[in-house]
Amino acid sequence: MIEIEGVAKTFTLHNQGCVVIPVMQGATLSVARGDCVGLIGASGAGKSTLMRMIYGNYLAAEGRIVVDGVDVVQAPPREILALRRETLGYVSQFLRVVPRVPTLDVVAEPLLVLGVDAEVARNRARALLTRLRIPERLWALSPTSFSGGEQQRVNIARGFAHDYPALLLDEPTASLDAANRDTVLELIEEAKARGAAIIGIFHDEAARERVCDRVVDVSAYTPRAA
Amino acid sequence: MIQGETNGPLLSVRGVTHMYGKRIGCADVHFDLYPGEVMGIVGESGSGKSTLLNCLAGHLVPDRGEVLFEMRDGAVKDTVTMSEPERRMLGRTDWAFVHQHARDGLRMNVSAGGNVGERLMAVGARHYGGIRAEAVDWLDRVEIAESRVDDRPTQFSGGMQQRLQIARNLVTGPRLVFMDEPTGGLDVSVQARLLDLLRGLVREMGLSAIIVTHDLAVVRLLADRLMVMKDGQVVETGLTDQVLDDPQHAYTQLLVSSVLQV
Repeated sequence: MIEIEGVAKTFTLHNQGCVVIPVMQGATLSVARGDCVGLIGASGAGKSTLMRMIYGNYLAAEGRIVVDGVDVVQAPPREILALRRETLGYVSQFLRVVPRVPTLDVVAEPLLVLGVDAEVARNRARALLTRLRIPERLWALSPTSFSGGEQQRVNIARGFAHDYPALLLDEPTASLDAANRDTVLELIEEAKARGAAIIGIFHDEAARERVCDRVVDVSAYTPRAA
Repeated sequence: MIQGETNGPLLSVRGVTHMYGKRIGCADVHFDLYPGEVMGIVGESGSGKSTLLNCLAGHLVPDRGEVLFEMRDGAVKDTVTMSEPERRMLGRTDWAFVHQHARDGLRMNVSAGGNVGERLMAVGARHYGGIRAEAVDWLDRVEIAESRVDDRPTQFSGGMQQRLQIARNLVTGPRLVFMDEPTGGLDVSVQARLLDLLRGLVREMGLSAIIVTHDLAVVRLLADRLMVMKDGQVVETGLTDQVLDDPQHAYTQLLVSSVLQV
């Protein structure tokens, strides 16, 4: 489902003396349907960078990243947008929403964009928010005023609203209490069971053990100093 | 926003160039816009983004280049060379233009309902009751109370005027909306409300839109794709979040790193 081959990344800082910083080289990995791969490596090794490249948020300098037949490195924006709508979900560490939009609609939006009936989409959102223990009295409010942990759970609910065939999860269990952490791991297990290919970053080792079928150490792809 | 994947682009811009004497307004701009897509154009004052928008919307005649638009019947026409009446008809039906200053897009001495109804009459609506009902419905969609339908825009706040301008523009069911700094000059709380409204309308009506702004936060929330302009040239294009999070061009990096954090 996700095939990554020979991916490299450099950052060129034009306004800081045109410094070129190579951050990744030769990254190669593949994830089949129903598989969950954990990315490991020290902070700064490039776990999030690799994830962002898969999502098309960062441009890869070379290599191929094929998700469900679409090479994200080469595809025009339109194809990446379609891929993100239908196939590839991403739960980042930050919730970014239009202020003032009620939480229920924030969670239902990925389904509304796909043309799912509004009431069906909201019911799915209600079910997810309930499972993730967001009190119903908050559903009509914008999540921008919520606590960090609540925002993270809203973000997770939104990421799981549509049954994406491929999912990227950037520390989905960080800063959650035990019960909510358990719910998130259940959601991941359910996604695997329905055949989703998942790449995740988990600092929580027990969580990683529970859901990941294998791990990939991205420090292996750190460019060696010449 | 279910997009017609098999359809061609709604708008194809080919080599559009506009000069002000020897000075470049915009030079050799190319892009395709597909149905349901929202594209942002950013750049500082004088970068040529408004000149480009005005060339695309038929307010300025480009010196060179083509602006190909897919008409409702599927025929593709160059709007630069089409006849003036034909272009004016497009401006009343398939196209909408939301100005930065609401007073440029509204008739200030006509009631709110009249401002919306006038667009309907321009496309042939004649039944007074029907026009008024439609106007009230649209005012409601942009969150203007029915009790204000007979008030003039001069009695409205800036944010309300902007919402009225949007209602006036969208009532005829356009397929392409041009927006020039739609949230410029509004309080941030009013901006958020307007952004939410625009996003909902774009999704529900499957609109395509081109939004010119210097506000990177606005494009991040509204635009799928982004084009960065400097000195009349396009220096970078791509997915909005990619251009903002991993800018490649020196100027874009400067633009993104200059945004004040709150």
